[in-house]
Amino acid sequence: MSIFVDETTRVVYQGLTGSQGRFYGLRNREYGTHVVAGTNPKKAGMDVDGIPVFATVKEAVAETGANASCVFIPAPGVSDAVLEAAEGGIEIVVVITEGVPAHDEAYFYNRLKRDYPGTRLLGPNCPGIISPGKCNIGITAGEIAMGGGPVGIVSRSGTLTYQALHEMTQRGIGQTTCVGIGGDPVPGTSFIDALAAFEADPETGAVIMIGEIGGSAEEEAAEFMKHQMKKPVVAYIAGLTAPPGKKMGHAGAIISGSKGTAAAKIEALEDAGCHIARNPSEIGEVMAEVVATL
Amino acid sequence: MDLLEYQGKQLFAEYGIPVSPGHAAFTVQEAVEAADRIGYPVVVKAQVHVGGRGKAGGIQLASDAESVRTHALDILGMDIRGHVVETLWIERASDIAEEYYASFTLDRSAKLHLGMLSARGGVDIEQVAAQEPEAIARLHVDPVDGLSEAVAREWVDRANLNPAATDGTVDVLVKLYRAYVDGDADLVEINPLILTTDGRVHALDAKVTLDDNAAFRHEWSEYEATQERDEREEAAHAKGLQYVGLDGYVGIIANGAGLAMSTVDIVSQVGGEPANFLDIGGGANADVMANALEVINNDAEVKSIFINIFGGITKGEEVANGIVQALGRVEIRSPIVIRLDGTNADEGRAILAEHESDRLVSQPTMIDAARKAVELAGAS
Repeated sequence: MSIFVDETTRVVYQGLTGSQGRFYGLRNREYGTHVVAGTNPKKAGMDVDGIPVFATVKEAVAETGANASCVFIPAPGVSDAVLEAAEGGIEIVVVITEGVPAHDEAYFYNRLKRDYPGTRLLGPNCPGIISPGKCNIGITAGEIAMGGGPVGIVSRSGTLTYQALHEMTQRGIGQTTCVGIGGDPVPGTSFIDALAAFEADPETGAVIMIGEIGGSAEEEAAEFMKHQMKKPVVAYIAGLTAPPGKKMGHAGAIISGSKGTAAAKIEALEDAGCHIARNPSEIGEVMAEVVATL
Repeated sequence: MDLLEYQGKQLFAEYGIPVSPGHAAFTVQEAVEAADRIGYPVVVKAQVHVGGRGKAGGIQLASDAESVRTHALDILGMDIRGHVVETLWIERASDIAEEYYASFTLDRSAKLHLGMLSARGGVDIEQVAAQEPEAIARLHVDPVDGLSEAVAREWVDRANLNPAATDGTVDVLVKLYRAYVDGDADLVEINPLILTTDGRVHALDAKVTLDDNAAFRHEWSEYEATQERDEREEAAHAKGLQYVGLDGYVGIIANGAGLAMSTVDIVSQVGGEPANFLDIGGGANADVMANALEVINNDAEVKSIFINIFGGITKGEEVANGIVQALGRVEIRSPIVIRLDGTNADEGRAILAEHESDRLVSQPTMIDAARKAVELAGAS
C-alpha cells in the first residue's frame, strides 16, 4: 500500500507545455506514472510527446479520467490553477511552484476546505510525492527511491527528503510513500495529515519526519503522535543554529521572536517519544535500528 | 521585507488609516524645513529597521526649530542596536489620552489570519501576551470571508477599550485588514494606536513586513532601496542567491534550503562557526556554483569552504563537472571541502578525485566533511 497516490493515479499536468512542466512531466511518465493529460487554454488540441493538451482541467478529467494534478504554473497563476483543479474534480493537487504569495495560499487553502473538501492540496513549494514503483508526481529523482516499504517519509524540505530516500535505499530499506509537504507558511497537506495516513496504512511500519524552523507544525505533529499514533517516528529538524528573524531559503523557515525554534520542536518531538536524528546522515542510521525491531 | 515606520505610515494613509501629518528628512536642514511646514510641536523620530528606538534616544519631542536642529543633529548617524540612522521622520506631536495595540498576521497553525487588539498599547506585545494573555482580544479571520464592520465591532467590544474609541477603532481595523491583504503584508502592526484627548483614533507607529513573494504585483522599488543588507548579502541578492550572512569563518554552499540549514547546523555541531547560509537551489550547475563561490570568496572572514551537494535529477558527475568548471573560473582563497551524495555519487567523486589536493578535499559524509572544513579553517 501507499498513501495519497498509487498505481491507479492518473495525472494531468497544469503547465505541461512549459519547459519545467514538460521536463518533469515526461520524466514522471518515464518512471511509470500515468501522465494522461496537460492543460493550456492556448494550446488545446496539441500534444506533448503524445500526451494530449486540453483547455481546462475539467475537460482533461472528462476525456482522460485524471484524478490528480501537478501544477507547474508560475507563481502569479497558481491560485487560479489550484481552484480550477478543484472545480474540475481533482482529488489531489500537487503544487511544485515556489514563490506563491502567502495571502494567495491562505485564500485557496480555505476555499478548498470550504467548497471542495474532497480535494487534497500538496504544497506549494514542494518536491511532490512518490510511491516508489507506482507513481511519482513532481521533481523527485525516482532512481533514489525503492518500493516495498516499510518506511514512510514526510518532509518540509526537498533535498533533505532526497537524502532520506537515498539513505533508506542504500541500506536496502524500502519506502511506501514519500510526501514533500513543502516549505511555505500554509502547506495544503500538514505533517499530521501525512502521519495519520501512514498510521492507517498497513504497509507502513515506521515514519521519517523532516521538519525545520518556523511555525509550530512540528509541535502539533508531536501532540498527534502522543495521542493518536503507535508507529515509531524518526525525526530530524533543520535550523538548530539559524538566527532569529531571517528567512532561511524557504518562505516558512523563519524564527519569529522566540517562536518556531528548532530546539522547541526537538523537545516536543522527544517528549512524544520520537527517535531524534541529530544530522541528516543519522536519519538513516537511526531508522535502520528502528526497522530492525519491527 | 521590513518597512521603515514612515513607509508603513504612508502605506496606511493610502488605505485611509489616520496618521499624523509628517515628512521624511535626510539632513538636519530638511528636518527643520519639514517641522516648519508641519507646525510645532513636532516629534523627531529615527527611522531604522529595529525596535527600542525610544529607549535609545531616537525619538524626541521638539517645540521649536532650534530644538529640531539639536535633536536631528543628535539622531542622524546615531547607532541604534547596530543600525545607523540615515533617515528621520518628522511628524506633528499628538496629545495622547490612551494607547492601544492592533495587528494582523497569519496564524500558520490555524491557517487563518489573526487579528490582535489590546487596551495595553505602547508596550511589548509579546510581554503582554506572556503576563496578561486575557488583555489581548484575538480574532481569527477567514481570508475567504474577509473582515466585516459588524465583526470588527464585536471584536472591539471584547477588547474593553474606552467607548469613545469604539467607532474610530472599528474604522481603523477594517482599513488595516485591507492594507494587510491588498498590500500583501506578512505583518501589519500599530503600536500604539492612540485615542487623542480630542477623541480621534489614529496610528502613532507603523510596523509592516511585506511578503517578498508578492513583489511581482506591487511597486516596491522604493522599499527595496532602503533595505539594510551587509555587503555580502547585497552581492548574493544581486546574483539571485538565497543567502544569509552569519558571523563565522566556514563558508557554506548547499543545494536546497533544508540541506543548507543542516550544513550550517553540522558545522556548529562539530565546533566550527559558519560564515553564512547559502542555498543554490536544486540544479547545482557550473554557473550558479561559480556565482556562489564568488560571493563566499569575497567574504574576508572565510577561512575554508564547505560545499554540500545532493545530486538528484542532476547526477553526481554533472555536479562534479560543474564544481570543477566553477573552480576554474574563480580564484579561490580558501581550501574547499566537498561532500557529494545522491545519484551517481561515486562517479562524481571519481571526477573530483582527479582534482584533489590539500586545497580541495572530497569527503563522503556530512559529518566528516564538516570536521575537515573546520580543521582546514584552523590551519589556514
